[in-house]
Amino acid sequence: MNSDVTDFASIAPAYPELLMAVGALVLLVIGVVINKEKSALISWLAVLLIAAAGLTAVLNPADGVLFNGVFIADAFARYMKLLVLGGAALSLILAMPNDFENGLHKFEYSILAVLATLGMMVMVSANDLMSLYVGLELQSLALYVMAAIKRDDPRATEAGLKYFVLGALSSGLLLYGASMVYGFTGHTNLQEIVSAIAMEGRSVGLIFGMVFLLTGVAFKISAVPFHMWTPDVYEGAPTPVTAFLAMAPKVAAMSLMIRLVMDTFQPITGDWQQVVIFLSIASMVLAAFAAIGQKSIKRLIAYSSIGHVGFALVGLSSGTQVGVEGVAIYMAIYVTMTAGLFACILSLRTENGYVETIDDLAGAAQTRPFVAAIMAIIMFSLIGLPPLAGFFAKWQVFLAAIEARLFVLAVIGMLASAVSAFYYLRVVKTMYFDEPKSTFAAVPNELNIIIAVSAFLIVTYYFTVGSALTNWAHIAAGSLF
Amino acid sequence: MNFDNTILTILTFLPLVGAALILVTPKTALDAIRWTALVTTIVTLGLSLWMWSAFDPSNPGFQFVVNYDWLGESIGYRVGVDGISVLFVVLSALLMPFCVLASWEAIDKRVKEYMVVFLILEVLMIGVFTTLDLAMFYVFFEGTLLPMFLIIGIWGGKRRIQASYKFFFYTFTGSVLMLLAIMAMYWNAGTTDISRLLTHEFPESMQIWLWLAFFASLAVKMPMWPFHRWLPEAHVEAPTAGSVILAAILLKLGGYGFLRFSLPMFPDASAQLSNFVFVLSVAAIIITSLVALVQTDIKKLIAYSSVAHMGFVTMGIFAGNALGIQGAMFQMISHGLVSGALFLAVGVIYDRMHTRDIEAYGGLVERMPRYAFAFMVFTMANVGLPGTSGFVGEFLTMMGVFQVNTWVAFGAAFGVIFSAGYALWLYRRVVFGALTKESLKGILDLSLREKVVLYPLIVLIIVFGFYPSPILDTTAASVNNLVSHYATSVGLDPAVSLADARAPLEYAAPTGEAAPAAEHAAEPAAH
Repeated sequence: MNSDVTDFASIAPAYPELLMAVGALVLLVIGVVINKEKSALISWLAVLLIAAAGLTAVLNPADGVLFNGVFIADAFARYMKLLVLGGAALSLILAMPNDFENGLHKFEYSILAVLATLGMMVMVSANDLMSLYVGLELQSLALYVMAAIKRDDPRATEAGLKYFVLGALSSGLLLYGASMVYGFTGHTNLQEIVSAIAMEGRSVGLIFGMVFLLTGVAFKISAVPFHMWTPDVYEGAPTPVTAFLAMAPKVAAMSLMIRLVMDTFQPITGDWQQVVIFLSIASMVLAAFAAIGQKSIKRLIAYSSIGHVGFALVGLSSGTQVGVEGVAIYMAIYVTMTAGLFACILSLRTENGYVETIDDLAGAAQTRPFVAAIMAIIMFSLIGLPPLAGFFAKWQVFLAAIEARLFVLAVIGMLASAVSAFYYLRVVKTMYFDEPKSTFAAVPNELNIIIAVSAFLIVTYYFTVGSALTNWAHIAAGSLF
Repeated sequence: MNFDNTILTILTFLPLVGAALILVTPKTALDAIRWTALVTTIVTLGLSLWMWSAFDPSNPGFQFVVNYDWLGESIGYRVGVDGISVLFVVLSALLMPFCVLASWEAIDKRVKEYMVVFLILEVLMIGVFTTLDLAMFYVFFEGTLLPMFLIIGIWGGKRRIQASYKFFFYTFTGSVLMLLAIMAMYWNAGTTDISRLLTHEFPESMQIWLWLAFFASLAVKMPMWPFHRWLPEAHVEAPTAGSVILAAILLKLGGYGFLRFSLPMFPDASAQLSNFVFVLSVAAIIITSLVALVQTDIKKLIAYSSVAHMGFVTMGIFAGNALGIQGAMFQMISHGLVSGALFLAVGVIYDRMHTRDIEAYGGLVERMPRYAFAFMVFTMANVGLPGTSGFVGEFLTMMGVFQVNTWVAFGAAFGVIFSAGYALWLYRRVVFGALTKESLKGILDLSLREKVVLYPLIVLIIVFGFYPSPILDTTAASVNNLVSHYATSVGLDPAVSLADARAPLEYAAPTGEAAPAAEHAAEPAAH
């Protein structure tokens, strides 16, 4: 087999990944050499590295298929990569204040985060079942360790173990599906699978393979009924790690899902649509009802993220370009809201440590008015209340569903979003209507900046970034068709 | 940039400037905060009046239009007003200064947040009437939930949390269905531009579903019986100014939505389902009037009377003729003034006694003669006494519906009688009788601030009662346009539906007598 890599310039589409890979190794060396106390330096270098990779992707937008067809760079991959990088950088910044208390003062943490991010970038750019799996596993292995990095804490260890066991199970399912698809089409390259399906038509084995593949990915985006790990892991892992889990990996897995169904299984749209519609309805409805009874704020966020995956899948269910555009916009807004939300939670510290339950937030509006106001705004945005960004996210995906005539799905989704308003409002109610019980410590500057920026974007979405984001998403979605 | 292009944008977003100023004011500078809010709302009112004076009532189309595409092709920035929306803009701007004044001393905790939230609410309220983009309409429509939820929940009474939740969920659940209908309309028509949607013909099979989805939201907002359960609680628990805004403006969003969307965009569905609306309207008028009779809480009584009065509005709108719709428009504006005034009046005694229980009052006229007079005018307007603005709207809607369905008008007439019953009885129990209660012996009459709040409303209510033409003239061209479009779409003769709504009034209003007007009104019906 001849390599298609002739010189350094010919691998331009993969520059961001190369930068991340080399950067991670350099960071590892620095980490070993310098003083153990200086993990903050490594964290900042990691953030810079991620920013540099993002800049490379923006300034050098090279499209192309590389490495004998296993790697693809197109507008869609670039859009999703930027989201992944943004989410990763934000969650690294979130981890900096009070890193000791979270057990994140070890320099390995940032390096693992960089490696996980690299894995996600490979997932986003995967054009072959092999590279897909390699990316997925690189990401997952790093994430398992990150979840359990606070190793003296039984809850974090339990979370890491649970995540590992269920994650390994899902990888197994995915591999099984991949082998079925390979067996029935004779190819591992996604483009060649498309043409094989188009020529030979659908077969039961292929459908089996597709369902298993989608199941594996559904684990990663924590769509119901493959969501069981999410609340436990979110609750057990240190909060900054939870923030990491809730942002970048979701985006990467979602983009994998999109590429699989819109590209590879495009000839059998009717078959995968049933699966995606089921995942979507189940996620929206279960999350809306299951979250109502939650007392822990992190479990609440876990169910909320399950619900939001369900909403994003509404857009994907349509199987149209508008739908993919909707999902792309949805994920961008979801990352912004999640970053702001975690920044708020991390900034509300009482003398007993971080807030754990919703009741701990009582009266935050009076003791920490700025954080409480923005957390309330984010809650309203998560409900999907206009004029906040969350509304426009829902608008795009449900519009796609209506255009694809999926009326029943749209009605169920809307009613689920009405139910979900109940638990989001409970947070607002606790902060605003209840009397304060405890005082909160001062807010670190990094968090304040993230809170302010995310709130600005959420509130002024329509006037500032909305138009540009819609354009980018349009171009990104266009590259898949 | 000229006047026509910018006035609505400035008007809509001006309160945000005030809100920003208040945000940078220190929390303890209460007077500065209150004055900033007051000045902002007064300037907004001035601008809205200026806009009304520049409005050309003979033009049935949209005026001061701005139209940009914004988010992709689906959501644009489009504003404009026509005869149906311009008055609601003025009404919203008009009531805000009163609300700020009514909250001057009544709100003593978290004043800064309160004023900011109120000014944001004003932006959303004006925005919902000026926007010409369907998606943006939803944005503003739903956006009002957020500040109102906070106003009820933070500054409300004892059972405020339950009330705010109920308010939120009733309206939100209805509205998400409307959102789907909005998406389906965009899908079918390819635009969210209201001015283009108004000329788009939706397929008849689709109209029914769209109409029902809009109805789910608007009927809750309105509120129509039996979707009104959230209203009494929200009204009772909200602070005075919150009740005023809720009754005077937010309820009108329902009526405005019916006039702007249901009737012109889904005419076939509206014609088919008009009897359904009539039944609900008459049920609302009779049942809620009876329920109002047994209330022991003043605010709850007024809340139920609001539901009954909104029954006249829905009835008038779906009569589908010029009389009915002109009447509904007038009734909405008038009810905005009257219910707002009534809640403000209740606020006056609530601030003194901190109870809304009717039993706790009695004989107020001995200590508060000026208050008793003001309250009397508002009560009479609520009853619909000729010579007050309340009369004109009820009378016109009943005439309008009489031409379409006599039995509905017959049923609605009971509402007029019942409303006299509960309103006068309330007035007697609160104001008349002997002043025996110890707690009331030291009660003071209206302060200067309260006079400033109540007296202008008295003037407006009586002026519009005798001289309704400023309102009817403004709406006439747009309403006639709407009616002829509706009549043509459903296959009626536009000439019959258009029988001039103003003719009987010019005759009746100066003398305040109903009888000759009724004779006159019977003529178009006989043709």
